[in-house]
Amino acid sequence: MRFTWFHRLGSPPYIYGLARRLTPWFAWSAALLIAGGVWGGLVLAPPDYQQGDGFRIIYVHAPSAWLSLMVYTSMAVAAAVGLIWRIKVAHALAASCAPIGASFTVAALVTGSLWGQPMWGTYWQWDPRLTSELVLLFLYLGYMGLRAGIEDTQRADRASAVLAVVGVVNVPIIHYSVTWWNSLHQAPSVMRLAKPTMAASMLVPLLVMFLGFTLLFLALVLVRLRAEILARERSSSWIREALGA
Amino acid sequence: MNSAPAVIDPFAVGAPEAEVGALAAAALALARDLKLAFRRPAQLLQPLAFFALVTMLFPLSISPELSQLRLVAPGALWAAALLASLLALEFLFRDDAQDGTLEQYALSGQSLTALLFAKTAAHWLLTGLPLALMAPIAALALGAPTSALPGIIAAVGLGSVTLSLIGAIGAALTLGIRRSGVLLSLLTLPLSLPVLIFGARATQVAISGGAIIAPLELLAAMAVFGVTLAPLAAAAAVRISLE
Repeated sequence: MRFTWFHRLGSPPYIYGLARRLTPWFAWSAALLIAGGVWGGLVLAPPDYQQGDGFRIIYVHAPSAWLSLMVYTSMAVAAAVGLIWRIKVAHALAASCAPIGASFTVAALVTGSLWGQPMWGTYWQWDPRLTSELVLLFLYLGYMGLRAGIEDTQRADRASAVLAVVGVVNVPIIHYSVTWWNSLHQAPSVMRLAKPTMAASMLVPLLVMFLGFTLLFLALVLVRLRAEILARERSSSWIREALGA
Repeated sequence: MNSAPAVIDPFAVGAPEAEVGALAAAALALARDLKLAFRRPAQLLQPLAFFALVTMLFPLSISPELSQLRLVAPGALWAAALLASLLALEFLFRDDAQDGTLEQYALSGQSLTALLFAKTAAHWLLTGLPLALMAPIAALALGAPTSALPGIIAAVGLGSVTLSLIGAIGAALTLGIRRSGVLLSLLTLPLSLPVLIFGARATQVAISGGAIIAPLELLAAMAVFGVTLAPLAAAAAVRISLE
């Protein structure tokens, strides 16, 4: 059969081995790209003509913000796959995504507020994007809280999967209502500065950082996934062989 | 010889679906919930008392000046309404889960989605609607003009539909968890933010005397969206909780 490779993706031992083999590749390429991106962003790129050196926080902020959303979406897709086809590995993947996504969300919020201090003159501004990011953090916290609240793993998997799917349907609604709400309250602020297309010397390191952060996420999620699989399959016999015990 | 006219019990195990349609079963579930609730009227008044109490916190903590209160009235009303409807979620499934009714619903062969929709509708009739009728009184106390009252009733009425539906999903997900109150608010409040935003906006426009139709239409759109999808999610969540 041509599609047998696909079915193996549902098997915990196979995924465990695959994750173990793939992790170093992702981790090292992430380390190289992030190192290159940091060097390009902090050293090579010229200071912004308006924001000075303050703009450089974008090299951490933008990739974190992108991943906070991307991870939530991946989590919801994995959860839906687990819910529909009852694949255990998919649930384990969703469970591994949540804390990483929440960390990226916190990173995006912290860097955003640090950037806001010199630019807006205040650490917190009820800017639509920061506000939606904060709501996203609460969605992550709710997801993890529900998972932690239910003792039985399978029930926790399925209940939190429903929540993730409901959440992902709501994310666009929340985002647009927050944007709409904010546009009523305050005139477009610094955030809306007509962004000139970025110079290549600034843009290239940013793209490198995007790729590096995404690979970092993949490496982290594979490590968590392995731990998750080990915890869930602790009574299976293949674990002994895999660990060489 | 002749058998007595069959009494149709829609929730009997294995009852053929053809005898009682999904709508009839939902109507029976709705009537049952209303009847049970009216046997304990004190419980019905609690969310309303809570709503009045939270509203009262604002004049006491900000200022008794009506001109100042008018500025915070939309936020105060909606924060109070959101908290009151959150508090009332406690009654939505808990009793039925404890005495096994919910399990019988799931096993009845009837559409669990329709039955849960009926339960949510009953919940809205018992909390959302009274809140909508009480909101104008609270709004008056916060300095809203009488001309704003119809708009406020409509906004709270429409918004609370969505709040009940979102709350039903959250309550269903947290069924098996002890002391789930804080978790329930953590799950439902972020999802309720759009209702809060547009509800408060509608209230604000109503108080300042503008055209209220746009935010009301958005609230109605969210209610329709919720009616369409939320019972499905709630049914899936209840099934998982009963596993």
